[in-house]
Amino acid sequence: MRSKFPSRYLGWCLGLLGISLTLLFISIYPLPSLLRWQSPFLSRCFFMLMVCFAFCLFRLMRGPTPADRAVAVDTLGILIVGFCAILSIPTGRDWYIDIAIAWALQSFIGALALAKYLEGRGFDE
Amino acid sequence: MSEVAGNLFIVIGLAFDLFGCLGLIRLPDVYNRLQATTKCVTLGTCSILFGALVVKGLSGTGIKAFLCILFLLLTSPVAAHALSRGAHKSGVKLWDKSVCDQYAEDEAGKK
Repeated sequence: MRSKFPSRYLGWCLGLLGISLTLLFISIYPLPSLLRWQSPFLSRCFFMLMVCFAFCLFRLMRGPTPADRAVAVDTLGILIVGFCAILSIPTGRDWYIDIAIAWALQSFIGALALAKYLEGRGFDE
Repeated sequence: MSEVAGNLFIVIGLAFDLFGCLGLIRLPDVYNRLQATTKCVTLGTCSILFGALVVKGLSGTGIKAFLCILFLLLTSPVAAHALSRGAHKSGVKLWDKSVCDQYAEDEAGKK
């Protein structure tokens, strides 16, 4: 279980390097034409939420237990609410917040159903 | 001025989101991961919505964003508690360096 001295610190340094390179790439990368909004700042916020999304997808792919996957799905639902909130600012359309409210409700009910499924009981109890 | 303040709130929320999802990857256990994500991600998304409220002012979008904050703060801890209870009942083991498991002690005391 306990890893050797150099490999553990090498892993930490590699992770730090990866995170800082990702943040640097997000902050100086020339934006693609699909997301060229009025403010480039909010577009970069969008990219940063995509990084969080990729983390959640990683845990969804190789979670060792079903409970890990349920937690990742719940987190994905909350992140999509953040996506909708960021999208509503530069486009100026307020129905994105409606989508956010509906998605929060759906994510809550989905999480409760997943919890019932994990407990191994019926849904009508 | 309000746009700068709103962008500041959005940056704070993005930092919370990033650290929460980092905890989802790095922490060793279902319960630790759930603790990291349900605090950081909920607070981060609420901060992003509050940034939208500050940028848009008290218009229709701002009021809806405030309602969404209230709804998220009410429902997300309930969902997290239900998920952790379900994980404990389905027999997911704790991390081997965990100190105590009071829920299992209570269940053993009831029987």
